[in-house]
Amino acid sequence: MTNWKVILSIAKTHLLTKIKQTTIASLGVTFGIGSYITLVCFMTGLNTMLDDLILNQTPHIHIYNEIEPSKKQPASFLDLENTFNVVHSIKPKLSQKKIHNALPIINYLNNDINVKGAIPEIKTQIFYIAGSIEIGGNLTGVNILDEAKLFNLQNYIIEGSPEDLNNNDNGILLGAGIARKMSLSVGERIQISTIKGDVFPLKIVGLYQSGIADIDAVQSFANLKTVQRILGEAENYVTDINVKLYDLELAPALSKKIEQQFNLKAIDIKTANAQFETGTTIRNLITYAVSITLLIVAGFGIYNILNMLIYEKMNDIAILKATGFSGKDVQLIFMSQAMIIGFVGGVLGLLLGFGLASLIETIPFKTESLPTIETYPVNINPMFFVIGFSFAMISTFMAGYFPSKKAKKIDPVDIIRGQ
Amino acid sequence: MSIVLEAKHINKYFKKPVLYHVLKDINFKIKKGEFASIMGKSGCGKSTLLYILSTMDTDYDGKLLLNNELISGKDSSHLSYLRNKHIGFVFQFHYLLSEFTVLENVMLPAKKLAEKTTQEIEHDAYEKLKMLNIEKLALKRASRVSGGEKQRIAIARALINNPSIIMGDEPTGNLDSYNSENVFNIFKQLSEEQGLSLLVVTHDEDFAIRTNRIITMEDGHIITT
Repeated sequence: MTNWKVILSIAKTHLLTKIKQTTIASLGVTFGIGSYITLVCFMTGLNTMLDDLILNQTPHIHIYNEIEPSKKQPASFLDLENTFNVVHSIKPKLSQKKIHNALPIINYLNNDINVKGAIPEIKTQIFYIAGSIEIGGNLTGVNILDEAKLFNLQNYIIEGSPEDLNNNDNGILLGAGIARKMSLSVGERIQISTIKGDVFPLKIVGLYQSGIADIDAVQSFANLKTVQRILGEAENYVTDINVKLYDLELAPALSKKIEQQFNLKAIDIKTANAQFETGTTIRNLITYAVSITLLIVAGFGIYNILNMLIYEKMNDIAILKATGFSGKDVQLIFMSQAMIIGFVGGVLGLLLGFGLASLIETIPFKTESLPTIETYPVNINPMFFVIGFSFAMISTFMAGYFPSKKAKKIDPVDIIRGQ
Repeated sequence: MSIVLEAKHINKYFKKPVLYHVLKDINFKIKKGEFASIMGKSGCGKSTLLYILSTMDTDYDGKLLLNNELISGKDSSHLSYLRNKHIGFVFQFHYLLSEFTVLENVMLPAKKLAEKTTQEIEHDAYEKLKMLNIEKLALKRASRVSGGEKQRIAIARALINNPSIIMGDEPTGNLDSYNSENVFNIFKQLSEEQGLSLLVVTHDEDFAIRTNRIITMEDGHIITT
């Protein structure tokens, strides 16, 4: 029975004759949705960047040999009834740092379908030597090309390239902090000393800057073989295995499995970086709280304008009802006005949001701690546009529903008699 | 002759501010082609009666029959449909949709009924306007025409769905004598030439005297029919 053509033509006429009010109501939605899109694209862009800052360099599962005391001390093996034993000054169990059978384990992990890659690392403490000064630091032996592929190491190399290191058997990728302290630059040589006291000269092929000053002041990288040679170890000497998965969510389960299977320590990213998820969640929460507030304000604007429109159109409503339009028809006329405002305002808002987000993406943003970022990070995700548009439609529906319900209930007799 | 509208034992109370028995046992019939007027002093309940007869007011006791079909107690969407198809309205104030053109105002009830195509409706609307000598106003905004013209447009709108009965609430109450005469002649012509039933509430004695039948009301009763 509903005659949409007539209803929409009446709604259209109402909107067009009150073009100023219509525009203001639509602009309310446009700005609400526009700022939602801008805010959410920008905030999630920042979130992703901040997370990547840590998570990209962090393996999803880090496998190593933990130095720790035996869980069951020898005294526990004595089966003495009705006694309890106290062991003082427990020492960690003497074990090697290297992972036993590391290469077969890496092969095994690389064959797992969930694993994007598993790569060996050697972590060792060294001293950077400058004349008589020794500065403590970490040298990590890596397979630099794999490292770049899986953990985006190249993003943090501010001078030189991963290939430079790969091609040089005596090369070192020096932390930017140390380079500054020791006034060294690419192409020069640095002497490092192992804990045992052996001194090696290495050629600086590049500078590494993670963005975290404390790390940059100690951390350097060299090839796996270089470090094995410095330490005087065999080619199967590996202290750590870093695993990257396709799906981060699988990390906790897989790390448990590895611990049990190989009797090694395996730390997954979720356990190691729990605070990052908290930060992301809270930032998202703030983004949504602000956006929803904006949309609710826009919704109230529409509510107000429709309410006023209905007061102005009392006579029209009475005539429509007297000439055979039902209460439902009248409600639909005003509802469709609200929905048209929501639709037009929403679409314009999406465009505005897209425009602003794109604009922000071009604004230069240079910071010491983020060497690879040149403009503000923006995450333009189609999902935000879907959410924004749905919210525009829902909020205008709510804003239109109550005034239109009032229009539905208006008794034409009251209006006609009242004249 | 067939009966278009019949009221049986209609009683109506106003509940606010105090209980007031406004219509007391109203019984009458309007035959097809009859031009009837309801007269009475202000407050005697004649407008109230008209709104009940028009199906807009449903808060009453008694029975109302339109074309021998009982319509008391029907749901509101069905009443809207009956009003749309069978009843034409002309009010004291012109009540056009001021943002629409004259033609759109006239076409609106027919578009709602949706029994004809838009072209047919437009053709019908031009016919009605032509009959009332106002076809030249068709494309003007309703807010831009004079009072007498507005009332004729309202009549054209009332006629668009070829209703069974036209009801008027003081249709000449707001017009000067020239325009009143004009409206009366249109009504007379409709009743004589097209056999349309008309029921008009009026204060205007000159108007009432020239109708076929005068229903006089006093204090909620019908005293002469």
